[in-house]
Order: sequence, then C-alpha cells, then structure tokens
Amino acid sequence: MVTYLRQSVCLAACLFLYSFTAQAETVLVAVASNFTKPMSEIAAEFEKQTGYGANLAFGSSGKFASQLLNGAPFEVFLSADGDKPLRLEQEGVALAGSRFTYALGTLLLWSAKPGAVDADGQILHKGGFQHLALADPKLAPYGVAAVEVMNKLKVYDKLQPLLVYGENISQAQEFVSTGNAELGFIALSQVIADGGGIGEGSGWVVPTELHMPIRQDAVLMKAGAQNPAASALMAFLKSPPALAIIERYGYRLPNGREVVANPPADEKH
Amino acid sequence: MNSADFATLWLTFKVSGVATCLMLIFGTPLAWWLARTQSRWKGLCNALVALPLVLPPTVLGFYLLILLGPNGPIGKLTSALGMGTLPFTFAGLVVASVLYSLPFVVQPLQASFAGIGPQALEAAATLRAGPLDTFFHVVMPLARPGFLTAAILGFAHTVGEFGVVLMVGGNIPDKTRVVSVQIYNHVEALELGQAHALAGGLLLFSFLVLLVLYTALKTQPVAHPLT
Repeated sequence: MVTYLRQSVCLAACLFLYSFTAQAETVLVAVASNFTKPMSEIAAEFEKQTGYGANLAFGSSGKFASQLLNGAPFEVFLSADGDKPLRLEQEGVALAGSRFTYALGTLLLWSAKPGAVDADGQILHKGGFQHLALADPKLAPYGVAAVEVMNKLKVYDKLQPLLVYGENISQAQEFVSTGNAELGFIALSQVIADGGGIGEGSGWVVPTELHMPIRQDAVLMKAGAQNPAASALMAFLKSPPALAIIERYGYRLPNGREVVANPPADEKH
Repeated sequence: MNSADFATLWLTFKVSGVATCLMLIFGTPLAWWLARTQSRWKGLCNALVALPLVLPPTVLGFYLLILLGPNGPIGKLTSALGMGTLPFTFAGLVVASVLYSLPFVVQPLQASFAGIGPQALEAAATLRAGPLDTFFHVVMPLARPGFLTAAILGFAHTVGEFGVVLMVGGNIPDKTRVVSVQIYNHVEALELGQAHALAGGLLLFSFLVLLVLYTALKTQPVAHPLT
C-alpha cells in the first residue's frame, strides 16, 4: 500500500513537472471546424518534424473570434474566412502582419444519395427536391459562396423558399446526411475520399469561377507572440508537408501565400 | 433591435405559447396519473418525463432530427399522412419544444396534485360528484398555484431553448429562427451590440418571470426531481 502510494506521488510529481515543460513547447490552436481533419494530420506531422506540440480546439470561426476578443488564450487562430482574422488584428488582439491565407475552400453541392447530384449541377435548374441546406451566409463564407453560385446560375429566387440554414457547414452536412434536406452546399473536404473524389453520396464540385475564393486565413495571436511553438506552427503551415495534406483534403492552395486583401463584404445577402 | 430581431421574438413567443397550451393539455392527465398511481411503471414514467432536465438539448435535437426525418419512423408516418416531415417547420419546433419543456409543466402539477389529500376527494365522492366533476371543481381550484407555476415555467423555459431548435429548426428567417438562435448568430457575426440588446432583454424577461413566480405567487422553487 505504501509503495503504491509512493509510486502514485512520484507519478503525479512527474506529470506535474512534465506539464510545465510541455506547456513551454506547446501551442494552443483554435481551428475552424471545416479544417478539423487536415489540421489533425498537420499537427501530428508538426510534432514529428519540429518536436513542438499543438493542442487543437475545433469550433466555428465566429465563436472563436468572439472568444478571442474576450481574452481566450488561443495562440494561433485558423479561421474559415478572412474577415475575422482581419478584425482581430484591427482590435489589437492578433499580431499585425502575421495574417496569411493557408487554404482556399472548395465548395461542393452534395447529396447523401449516390447518383442524385449530376456532375454539372443541373439539378439546381431541374429541381425535384424539397430542401437545400447551406451554411448561414451571414456567418459562414461557404454560405456566402453558395448564394453567389445560385445568383450566378440565376436560380436563387426560385430556390430561396427551399433553403434551410445550418450555423456552419457541418450542420448543413448533418441536415443532408440525415435525409432531412435532399441536397446541400458543403465543403469538399467534408466528404472527400482517401484517393480524392467524393467519398459518399454524390456531388458537384462547384467551379471556382462561380464564386469569390473562399479564403481561409491564419493569424498569430498576441498571446502566442512569445511562444516559439506558435511561430513554428505558422511557418509549418506554409511548408510542403502541410501543403500536401491541405491539398489532399480538397482545398486549393493560394498562390504565393502572401497576405491577401479581404474580399468585399457587399457580396453578402 | 431591428425588424429581424422583432420577428425572432414574435416567433419565439408564438412557439412557446402553442407549446405551453399543448403541454398543459397533455401534461395535466399525465401529472394526475403520476401523482395518484401505485403502478410499478411510475418510476419509469417519472424518469422519462424528467429526462430533458438532464439530457443535453443537442442530444434531444439530434435524435429528433433522425426520428422526424424522412428516414425515421415518425417522419415516415407524417409523410404517409400527407403532412410532410417536421424538421424545418413551425410544427416541428412545437413538437420539439413540448418534449423539451414537459418536465417544467408536469413536475409542478404533479407536486400540487400530490399535495391534495384524499379527504377532499373523498368528501366530493360522498356528495356524489363524478370523477370529472371532482377534477374540475375540487382539484383544479386547489391546484391553481401548480397550474400557474407550470404554465409560466413551461412558457419561459421554451423561450430560452437553444440546442433543440438549432438542430431541428434550420434557422429559417420568420419560420424557424427563434431568439436564442438569433443571439448566437449575432455573436458569431460579431454584431455584439445587437447581441447585447436581445440577450439583455431575455435576461430581464427571465428574471421578471421568476420574480413574479417566487414573490407574487409565493411558490417554492421547483424542478426538484420527484419520486
């Protein structure tokens, strides 16, 4: 019993000390939920190559932005859009000049049923469905892009009564996969198969010329400015191993990866 | 607050009003039975009624989305009856709200029914009052505070629901976008001023409701699990 206790105390002490050392080498990252899968892989690769750790929290960009404005301790923020990192920079909680686009989202018109969505998205013109799910355009860049696409195809007015809104693309996907909506606009990354292509159901990868690029920006928070692991992660996101993972999940790579200006806000509906 | 905010408030009060009426209609006989029965199913029924008190609302919303959807048993039934499916409709929100807030109606009713001793009922019976007569003219007046508490709590709790309506609502303006979802949207869109206006309003509303409940009506705090 005494040995057992002594062992426990030793173990607890070790864990306690370890938590201090680990903290110094770990970066706390807030990740937009659409980037969950690629970021988990990138974090594993990051740990392997640099020895730094990355603790990931997943959620919607808007929620993270609100929390960061109110002092959340995240050191790096991977947003689903460009607006929120810019806002955080303007409000002085993010480090000015650290912002860059880490990925361009790919919009997908998707149905859980195989063969339901044709390869050209003609189903949007033909109809024959009751509900079309999308992320709320007020909150999510994927929703903004979906509305742009419907406007470009001149089907928005016709489809508007059928629209149901998720608070993000994950919820839009949930509406479709439970069959409550026959189809919906989501991110290709959500249903991409291992070798590329659509893993389940059927879908139409929306051509990029039908909407403004879905720029997903990363920003270094002031809380992480002194943490070498945070800067290392920001650099790692631009490295070939990370880019390969990002591309494999159906995202496009931004050219040059420089800090880009934000899309005009007047495209929102 | 803009017109969209007022629309969400109006819709919220409509959903809560309809749900509260339905809960009183269905909850009263249920609470009466639970308060009187010696059945061995009593514990099971009490547990089922109280379940939304402990269940995360997203769990309830998630299962409702599946059950009420076109592939779920209830969804298949409503489709066969020509009603279509319930998610993304006003009716769907009402059904979800009734399940979500039912313990807030049943438990105070059950407590006040249980507090009515057998003497009053026996006296009524000796005066040849039928069971319905007894219920409307003896039980209901005696249980008046219980009905008031049940109605107020059921209504107020439904006004505040979030997780369930987020899951089954579809966030459609004027149709299923209720005030809690609108507040969440404002916060996510970083429209903090508008979020404050609505959230502060709800805070005040909730506090006033409880203040009325505990001072003017002099009821005891409820929502304690009943056995």
